[in-house]
Amino acid sequence: MLSSTADHLYWMARSIERAENAARMLDVTYNMSLLQRTGVDPFNEWRAMLSISGLHVDFETRYPEPSAENVLYFMALDAQNPGSIYQSIFKARENARAVRRTITSEMWETLNQTWLEMRRIQEETIPEDGMSRFFEWVKERSHLSRGITHGTLLRDDAFRFLRLGSFIERADNTARILDVKYHILLPSPSEVGGAADYYQWSALLRSVSSFESYRKVYRDQITPQRVAELLILRGDMPRSLMACMSEVDRLIVELNGPRSAELLRRSGMLHSELRYGTIKDIFDFGLHEYLSSFLERIYELGDLVNTTYFWSVDE
Amino acid sequence: MLTAKLDRVPNPVAEMKLAFDEMRDANGLVRESYRSFAQWMESTPAEVIARKREEADITFHRVGITFAVYGEDEGKERLIPFDIVPRIISAKEWKRVEDGLRQRVKALNAFIHDIYHGQEIIKAGRIPLQQILGNSQFRKEMVGVDVPGNIYAHIAGVDLVRADTSAASGEYFVLEDNLRTPSGVSYMLEDRKMMMRLFPELFARQAIAPVEHYPDKLLNNLRSVAPAGANDPNVVVLTPGQFNSAYFEHAFLAQQMGVELVEGNDLVVRDHTVYMRTTDGLRQVDVIYRRIDDDYLDPLAFRKDSALGVPGLFAAYCAGRVTLANAVGTGIADDKAMYIHVPEMIRFYCGEEPILPNVPTWELSKPDDYRYVLDHLAEVVVKEVHGSGGYGMLVGPTSSKEELRVFREKIIAEPARYIAQPTLALSTCPTFVETGVAPRHIDLRPYVLSGKDVTMVPGGLTRVALKEGSLVVNSSQGGGTKDTWVLEH
Repeated sequence: MLSSTADHLYWMARSIERAENAARMLDVTYNMSLLQRTGVDPFNEWRAMLSISGLHVDFETRYPEPSAENVLYFMALDAQNPGSIYQSIFKARENARAVRRTITSEMWETLNQTWLEMRRIQEETIPEDGMSRFFEWVKERSHLSRGITHGTLLRDDAFRFLRLGSFIERADNTARILDVKYHILLPSPSEVGGAADYYQWSALLRSVSSFESYRKVYRDQITPQRVAELLILRGDMPRSLMACMSEVDRLIVELNGPRSAELLRRSGMLHSELRYGTIKDIFDFGLHEYLSSFLERIYELGDLVNTTYFWSVDE
Repeated sequence: MLTAKLDRVPNPVAEMKLAFDEMRDANGLVRESYRSFAQWMESTPAEVIARKREEADITFHRVGITFAVYGEDEGKERLIPFDIVPRIISAKEWKRVEDGLRQRVKALNAFIHDIYHGQEIIKAGRIPLQQILGNSQFRKEMVGVDVPGNIYAHIAGVDLVRADTSAASGEYFVLEDNLRTPSGVSYMLEDRKMMMRLFPELFARQAIAPVEHYPDKLLNNLRSVAPAGANDPNVVVLTPGQFNSAYFEHAFLAQQMGVELVEGNDLVVRDHTVYMRTTDGLRQVDVIYRRIDDDYLDPLAFRKDSALGVPGLFAAYCAGRVTLANAVGTGIADDKAMYIHVPEMIRFYCGEEPILPNVPTWELSKPDDYRYVLDHLAEVVVKEVHGSGGYGMLVGPTSSKEELRVFREKIIAEPARYIAQPTLALSTCPTFVETGVAPRHIDLRPYVLSGKDVTMVPGGLTRVALKEGSLVVNSSQGGGTKDTWVLEH
């Protein structure tokens, strides 16, 4: 397959996944921010959200303060923010457009329709209490496009590059969502175990559609260790790091290619560590430290995908 | 001398009303070639036809056979109107057209080769040297460069029009030789597919020559001109990208031929060899069917600001490591100033008289022609020597006084930029319009493939000017298309 085609497919999938996860992350942040606590910076949650997305510098240059209204607009609708949902949907559609002949017409039509609706929504601007509905819409469009891909696309390398993009992006995003909690709790560690703590962990679970699964798996109260275990190590949780990495690893094995040795090695290692790791080791190491290192390695993996399949420097 | 020849062409304005009708003769009787179709149309209820026309519209929209129009909003893609009344050509008529096209394209290829090598035709005094050297389409970089099989115009889209003259009824004239990147063949294929889908019974009634194998013929043709030594030549289609007005066609042809559609940055040149970047590493490319103009092919050789091209491509081409179709520098032969000399090229290279005549043409750089045209501006068609696509032309009889005045000034400012031709009453074909079925002017663009042999599929693309009385058939100017039938006997 042409490198540029693979590149478009991969970024098309990453952009859709990124839009969906931004919606999830904003949703959980919004819910957490509703729980006002005395003596805590009122913009605490929103600051955390910006810093884990790595977008705080861009935000601060253009907005006066990280209020709910500002951050929601910036992250959801701001056309100048390359990480906004608006921009992610735009990129997904532009990449799809470039490979219209490779994807199925249903896939193209769905993404094109999503983009047209996104443009209309952006022009109308959303009231703050309409945000949840908007996030639902983003998730639904992402589910729809994933479903259509599954239901219509030939299982060849095009399909694999799409999946590769989805799972690398999702691994990155799940790690970031888990890290939200760390950033929010930092100012007042004394609250651990309190009502607010419980509320925050359950909001986090809900944001990755895992609340019911948690109940099913543990049949017990919510504890940080179990939430982390569920979202990091459980292979049967579709958004966990383990589930993402086992897909990524399998796809890289299937794609293979003459330059993929280093990529195979790295993804295999990351996958094995998750597979044989324990939550106790992760907590002993420090959850935040663990997630930061994971994010770094998933970033390097993405870089390696790029040089292996799309833009090799040594050719 | 040329003016004298033109005097034999009857008054074009008077003739407009009496354009050659493809379906009926002067007495209103249906011509032999249309008889079966006319019977079908009479016996088919109007509602059925209306429903089928609607179906065609919906299908074209869904399939997305659109083109982008320059100057319009990005994303506003327009549908080219499709008319269900076919243009029908008898077997005998086509035989002559085909012979004429073959002869003409052979001569054109011989001419381009000659111009970049021995320049015998100039030495023989048949074409003035100045017309070559002073021509912006002349690529001095191509002098002495050998190309496989000495073929330059691998794909030619020759525009033919049909008109009555005092000598013959419904004579075919060559209006233009498009030798750079002629487009429109995807519409020919889609129109046929649509007609077979809508009216299968029509194809059962009479033997209509197939055109569906064009992509196979094109692929064979491209492979036949691969550089020597390429066993299983790898062919690609090179497009400027999805914002080009003909992108649909580029993607369509690549898909139909089963080859990759690439943009400039998909290709890379190493040691005079062209490769495409794939997920499995570099893969050699042997033949590039390029839909990018010469100027943008290679920033190292031509326009330095070209972001569409491939650095080093021209050097690889000159080294004989890759074939470009069409070749670099073919524009020298499809220039409107050079058009005048094509009949002479046929005599010179083929030793034959031209089978298909040119439309008589005035060169405004010549004082006599210049005077004649300015005196008769309201009767003639004026075109830019280097123009294409129906942009920047004047159709005298349908222009307002103001338009004529403005154009007159343009001509006076730069006479050599223009040529003029009599306003031919292009033949008409019955066409569905808002008020029912009415005659509309048409032309014909057959696609002639040159490689090991010169081949073509019967017919081509028929374009129709949908506005009443309009002679401009270009899709960018509101033209539509029709399926073209060549009867097998």
